[in-house]
Amino acid sequence: MLLKVHNLHVWFRKKKETIPAVNGVSFSIAQDDTLGLVGESGSGKTITALAILGLVPPPGEIIKGEILFLGQNLLFLPPKRWQQLRGKEISIIFQDPMTSLNPVFTIGEQIAEVFTHHFEYSTKEAKIKAIELLKKVGIPAAESRLNAYPHQLSGGLRQRVMIAMALAAQPKLLIADEPTTALDVTVQAQILELMLNLKRQMGMSILFISHDLTVVAQVVRRIAVMYAGKITEMANTEELFKNPLHPYTQGLLNAIPRIEDVSDKKRHLRTIAGQNGQAFTTLGCPFAPRCDKRLPICLRRMPDFREYSEKHQVACWLYE
Amino acid sequence: MSETILAIQNLSKKYKIKTHPFSLKYAWLKAVNDVSLNIRKGELLGLVGESGCGKTTLAKLLLFLEKPDQGKIQWRDTLLTGLGPKKLKFWRRLVQPIFQDPFASLNPKQTINQILQEPLLIHHLGDRRKRNRAVNQVLTEVGLSPKLKTAYPHQLSGGQRQRIAIARALILKPEFIIADEPTSALDVSVQAQIVNLLLESQAKRQITYLFISHNLSLVANIAERIAVMYMGKVIEIMERNQFLGEHHPYTEVLWSSIPRLERKTKINVQQWGEPPNPLFLPSGCVFHPRCKQKIEICKKEVPSLKEIKPGHWIACHLF
Repeated sequence: MLLKVHNLHVWFRKKKETIPAVNGVSFSIAQDDTLGLVGESGSGKTITALAILGLVPPPGEIIKGEILFLGQNLLFLPPKRWQQLRGKEISIIFQDPMTSLNPVFTIGEQIAEVFTHHFEYSTKEAKIKAIELLKKVGIPAAESRLNAYPHQLSGGLRQRVMIAMALAAQPKLLIADEPTTALDVTVQAQILELMLNLKRQMGMSILFISHDLTVVAQVVRRIAVMYAGKITEMANTEELFKNPLHPYTQGLLNAIPRIEDVSDKKRHLRTIAGQNGQAFTTLGCPFAPRCDKRLPICLRRMPDFREYSEKHQVACWLYE
Repeated sequence: MSETILAIQNLSKKYKIKTHPFSLKYAWLKAVNDVSLNIRKGELLGLVGESGCGKTTLAKLLLFLEKPDQGKIQWRDTLLTGLGPKKLKFWRRLVQPIFQDPFASLNPKQTINQILQEPLLIHHLGDRRKRNRAVNQVLTEVGLSPKLKTAYPHQLSGGQRQRIAIARALILKPEFIIADEPTSALDVSVQAQIVNLLLESQAKRQITYLFISHNLSLVANIAERIAVMYMGKVIEIMERNQFLGEHHPYTEVLWSSIPRLERKTKINVQQWGEPPNPLFLPSGCVFHPRCKQKIEICKKEVPSLKEIKPGHWIACHLF
């Protein structure tokens, strides 16, 4: 197993209240595997990713749980060792390529930095490597683009540069946190295909985080659905779309305006009642207040995350 | 087919932009470039396109937040372009905007009550009692409790705020609402609620909608007609029963970019490339550098909108 997250709790303690942003999350990713983490804003998916990188922003703290990377618990690593892993063994692509690239360095310098920092390459060697990478991520005229600053590139090209940086050190795990949300649909399709091609070539594992189930489904083999800091359902991609068990997953799938549904007549979208969030403090299932299939027990006790069938797990009283 | 309520004719707007932050040279950015479009009474017209295609500028021109360089906008029998600010006030009541980001479009220092009363005060409508009643009514209509009146925007969730923005638009009993990406800042489950709310108000109050979005699958699910914009031009207009038929090559690209669960044919998405720099538009058809079906004439001549079937307009030399 490449990465195993077990019972992870990340809490944000403020003066009066404690927000359990991640509340008992467990999943694992094997070598050469892909997992999608899907949830609406505030469900804790980004905090989970940041926890794996050791970058949880204060006042958040990892309260309990384990993050095993190749069998080694990252939470016991000294900060220096963790830093050596970041960008080399585990790297991340963020949502907004404008704010995650440094505006005062050329993209060539920023990519080369990975090589000089982690591998002690000379500047010249690093430059050659950077050109190679830019070609690999499909940037035309790579040699001349090396001296470009981020503001001179379009959003799609910037995201390609981010991917080049993230893959420079041939990491074992790539975390992609909403990598296409800021992009136009035509560019999004190109970036998703690029990620899949690179995965095939380089064989890294991908943890793909997004609020959009249809985008995630383009890339990953398995999907975990998060709600209010907990994973509510996990299954293979086709299985999840064919046979969604948790009422939240069902609602989410129904609410997506799908191009397959376009017909001459019907003109409204199916909804989930209520608002998300503010469900962190309940004893029962966090989705229970919005759930139309709620049982009396749902409000009192949290259901266990159980195996429903092979490769399909769910936390819901309906299937106990 | 119902009557045209808003006619847009050859509308253009360009901006003077520096070619580079430190440069002294300027170039013209044609944000809206010779757009003609008719909007029918009571319909929901979807306007789609990628970022920078001019859809928001078109909305601003219709709201008279920007002045057009050329062209006409006509509402029923009234020619709006050329009217002075005082005479335009009737239009500012009939047309209402809903913006993308409900965090930026509501004044953080006003209570919900003040936000909703302000349009009534500006247009001198009703006395205090009537205004209060209107606020309560419109809050109920958008699915919120009148108790929220005393709250400030920061106390509300994104979905609730967008409901307030809708309530603020509805309180003037408008005939035409321009919704500019009203759901792109919201979660999918909330998006569905907001969209259904807009559809209800369209049916109940006979409001005409211009629904602007980059999300073609959303628009295709709810709109009665769709207009597609690319680089400042409307390149296709289609009726609901034509959504699944043949399209402008750019619309095809948009359709096939939408992530689907089952994709039968593999398409080479890399060849699409990216939109050109809007400051230096290509000659002829603006889409030709990205078009895989281009022919010789596309590089030279700008295609105009042609009606290929009743109600289906395409600007492409192939048709």
